[in-house]
Amino acid sequence: MSAPKYWREMAQRYRFEAAKCKKCGKVLFPPRLACPACKSREFENTRINDKGTIETYTIVRIPPSQFTDEAPYPVAIVNMGDNIRILCQVADCEPEELKIGMPVRLEFRKIQQEGKSGILAYGYKCVPE
Amino acid sequence: MRDVAVIGVGMNRWGELWNVAIRDLLAESVLKALDDAGIDSVEAMYIGCMTSGLFTDQEHLGAIGPDYSGICPVPGTRVESACASGGAAFRAAYMHVASGTADIVMAAGVEKMTDVDGGGATFALATAADQEYEVYNGITFPGLYAMMANHHMNKYGTTRDQLAQVSVKNHANGYNNELAQFRMKVTLDQVKNSVMVADPMTLLDCSPITDGSAAVILCSLDKAKEITRKRVVKVVGSGHASDTIQLAQRDDLSYLKSTELAAKQALDMAGKKITDIDFAEVHDCFSIAEIMVIEALGIAKVGKGGPATMDGVTAIDGMFPVNPSGGLKSKGHPVGATGVAQIVELTEQIRGDLDKNRQLKKANIGLAQNMGGSGASSVVHILEGV
Ligand SMILES: [Zn+2]
Repeated sequence: MSAPKYWREMAQRYRFEAAKCKKCGKVLFPPRLACPACKSREFENTRINDKGTIETYTIVRIPPSQFTDEAPYPVAIVNMGDNIRILCQVADCEPEELKIGMPVRLEFRKIQQEGKSGILAYGYKCVPE
Repeated sequence: MRDVAVIGVGMNRWGELWNVAIRDLLAESVLKALDDAGIDSVEAMYIGCMTSGLFTDQEHLGAIGPDYSGICPVPGTRVESACASGGAAFRAAYMHVASGTADIVMAAGVEKMTDVDGGGATFALATAADQEYEVYNGITFPGLYAMMANHHMNKYGTTRDQLAQVSVKNHANGYNNELAQFRMKVTLDQVKNSVMVADPMTLLDCSPITDGSAAVILCSLDKAKEITRKRVVKVVGSGHASDTIQLAQRDDLSYLKSTELAAKQALDMAGKKITDIDFAEVHDCFSIAEIMVIEALGIAKVGKGGPATMDGVTAIDGMFPVNPSGGLKSKGHPVGATGVAQIVELTEQIRGDLDKNRQLKKANIGLAQNMGGSGASSVVHILEGV
């Protein structure tokens, strides 16, 4: 992973920064140049909630190579309110405890590690609330 | 826009083809399609391929295709839309002939997936998802479809057995297809007890890693009647739609809106309803995918794709046969070739060319649905015998 590729997503991964459409109020995460609801191109900065509920989930047992040491691990799509849904891993949770509708909270966590000397990649995971 | 027909089809035996490089893998089907049409060249060629660069280090298939098929200087264009690349290539070739710019154009598709290991293939396929907001967080394609499956099961009561029945049905169909990669029958228990990939999707819920190609030749309808002695198969409908690349950003996590919209375009163009169609080849990259696709197409009511599958509606002798070829599940899924191979199956069924054990009794009008990513692209075509 190149440093700029990692660095340019930090506002979203570290601080949950989002864009709110000035015309229709739709919240976009990550921000976009045009609002898919009303086509407006004017936004103000906002942040997404850190609390939400699990809308669906799976347990990844055959992972991509960069996650080999982590598997099996749960991944969920979490509804954060404001019509925002995000995909993230679920931490501090046994796979059997996972349920659709479960309340969770976003936390700042290590996501992946590139070998012994590569970038330590951080971001958000959700944990049971 | 003028009328367009398919006058030639070709497909090689799919599988793990260690001794064949991508150049000959592609040329094999191209030459078969030329032979089938009884011609020795075309005016242009479109080649569906998702990611030959990541799989084989080879790009520039727009040159490789004509060159190794011995038809230079025919212009070639690579078309990419993830797993819908083949369907998109067919649509481009269709538009080319329909526009009147050329009379005879080829649509081919290819993917050579076994030159990388399993991790490499997972990485290459994952590029069809959102890299920074899906793949970064550890999700895989089986994982995305598994989340759609859990959503569908929770919302509609779809059962594990209903999902597994898709694989049982498609393997039973592929058993009779001599070009299929996995010609074996499987049982519900075998599907449910195979290795868990991403809960609830097991290995036998997933389509395989495949080397393969397919090619078809399109021709203006007037000229088609002069060239081919076989039954002329007309392209009567074409549709293509997109959706958000991230699954999480869709209004409904287990409904394929892009498929509904692409099918509506194709049906409207053909002046038909889904009940006018005799059979379909659809994108069963995972068992849950076929259930969601038959719902989006209107073959089953929304939420009832599971029971419809279990009741045999989509079986080869059912009311609406789906994936008589064995589908992606049994025939194999060389991603860029899949959409073109669906057209090969439609054409052969409509012509009545197939062995008795897999020729459908009623096959005048067929529909092909080819999908990219977790449903962010969908291409639908309708073919009819004339
Ligand atoms: Zn807006």
